Order: sequence, then C-alpha cells, then structure tokens
Amino acid sequence: MKANLASLLAGLIFAVGLGISGMTQPAKVIGFLDVAGAWDPSLMLVMVGAIGVNAAVYWGVVRRRETPVFAPRFLVPTRTDLDARLILGAVIFGVGWGLGGFCPGPGLVSLAGGGMPAVVFVGSMLAGMGLFAAWDRVKA
Amino acid sequence: MMEHFTPVPALAGGILIGLSSSLLLVLDGKIAGISGIVGGLLRPAPGDTAWRATFVVGLLLGGLALRSVQPAVFGESVAPLGIVALAGVLVGFGTRLGNGCTSGHGVCGNSRASVRSMVATVTFIVAAAVSVYVARHVLGGAA
Repeated sequence: MKANLASLLAGLIFAVGLGISGMTQPAKVIGFLDVAGAWDPSLMLVMVGAIGVNAAVYWGVVRRRETPVFAPRFLVPTRTDLDARLILGAVIFGVGWGLGGFCPGPGLVSLAGGGMPAVVFVGSMLAGMGLFAAWDRVKA
Repeated sequence: MMEHFTPVPALAGGILIGLSSSLLLVLDGKIAGISGIVGGLLRPAPGDTAWRATFVVGLLLGGLALRSVQPAVFGESVAPLGIVALAGVLVGFGTRLGNGCTSGHGVCGNSRASVRSMVATVTFIVAAAVSVYVARHVLGGAA
C-alpha cells in the first residue's frame, strides 16, 4: 500500500517536472534536436537537473542502504554488455522521437492535455510495444 | 540562435524529475523508466503490476493538474497525425528493444554511470538529431 502510494506520488511529480521543463512541447524538443536550426539547449538543463539530483541520491543514499524503504530489494539493472538490441533499439527510438517530438513520458502526460496528437502517439506507442512483445516471443 | 532558451524552467523541471526518480528508487527500489514501466503493464507479472499502474495513474493525474493550472505547457504537434502515428510505433518498439528511453537510460541509467545507458543515450540523441535534420532540412516536411 505504502509502496503504491509512493509510486503514485512519484508519477505525479514526474509529470509536473516534465510539464514545467518543456518536455511536453514537441516544438521545444525538436528545437533541442535541431542542431542545424535555431538550436535550443534548454533540454540539456533538464538532463542536468534530473541527473544531478538522481545521481546524488543514488550514490549518497541508495548505495549505502541494503533495501529500499517500502520494498524488499532494489531492482536495479546490472548488465554491462553492449549488444545489438541496445544500439538498434536506441536508433529506432531516436528516429521516432525526432519525428514526433514525443518520448514515452511526455506522451502519456500530454494525454491529459487533450490533444489528438498525444492520443495517436500513445496509441501507436502501445501498439509498437505490443509488436515488440509479439516479435520477441516469436524469436525466443 | 537561442531565442527560445528557457534555462530556469528547464532546470527546475529537471530537478523535479530527479526527485521523482529518486523517490521511486529509495522508497520502492524501482527505476523510473517510463517505457519499461508501461511495457511491464503490457506483459503483467504477478506482484509486479500495482506500482506500475499507480505510477502511470500519477503521471496522468499530474497531466490533469498541469492542464488546470498551466495548460500552456502542452504544445502543438510538430507533425501531421500520420507521422505522429509512425513515430509512436518506432518509439514503442525501439524503447522495448533497447530496454529504455529518455527516463530509464537518459536519467536513471546515466545517474548510476551505467555504460549501457550512456551508450544508449548518445545513440538515441544522435539518431533523433539525424531524424530531425532529414525531416526539416533535407525533406523539409516538418513545420
């Protein structure tokens, strides 16, 4: 119960952060990615703020604890190998991000904004995830 | 050049995103990777669904709060709906194949100095910049 309330709160804060930062404005995202146009470095500062806080908490708090507060263990990825899936997945994601100006979080938050593009984006993103699950099952 | 630069809200929003992912990690032991959280809901595993669902509900509630207080944060689409649909499929498939997106790799993984996340982040930013360059400056399609 407490764990689920914590994740609800985390989701809420995440959404507000995305909205304030400019990530829910596709034109702003494209402005960051458009290095040959009127480049807008704002989103770099989103990363700086987010990584700054998260890294401080990870190295200062999480690494010194045996377990999280409301759960039995930390579920943190431990892989270090670089495989084709990682690179190819990042390329496919990047191309899609550049085409629409939406990544998953801002897409979901923008659903609340009520615009049709966010609805189409999230619907097709879920379809893409479903497609991956089906393909992965066939390959495995 | 740089006429749209908004450093203060960008940094403030980033700090909130960092606080959120820190909370999820310290309290629940989970990584705030949106594509992974949503992807896990599409393939539900016993005991691993509720926190994902409540996180997504929180995201949507946060969106509703923004809509009532500051609706200007929701910008116009930069592409026609057909392109947005294609973009969504690529984002959905690519983030699952590559195990993460801007949040999971870009924020959480880089914070832990994960080599996979650093490589993924550079790769998706470069791919996105190339995608924007081709769309805007070669094909000239996107507005």
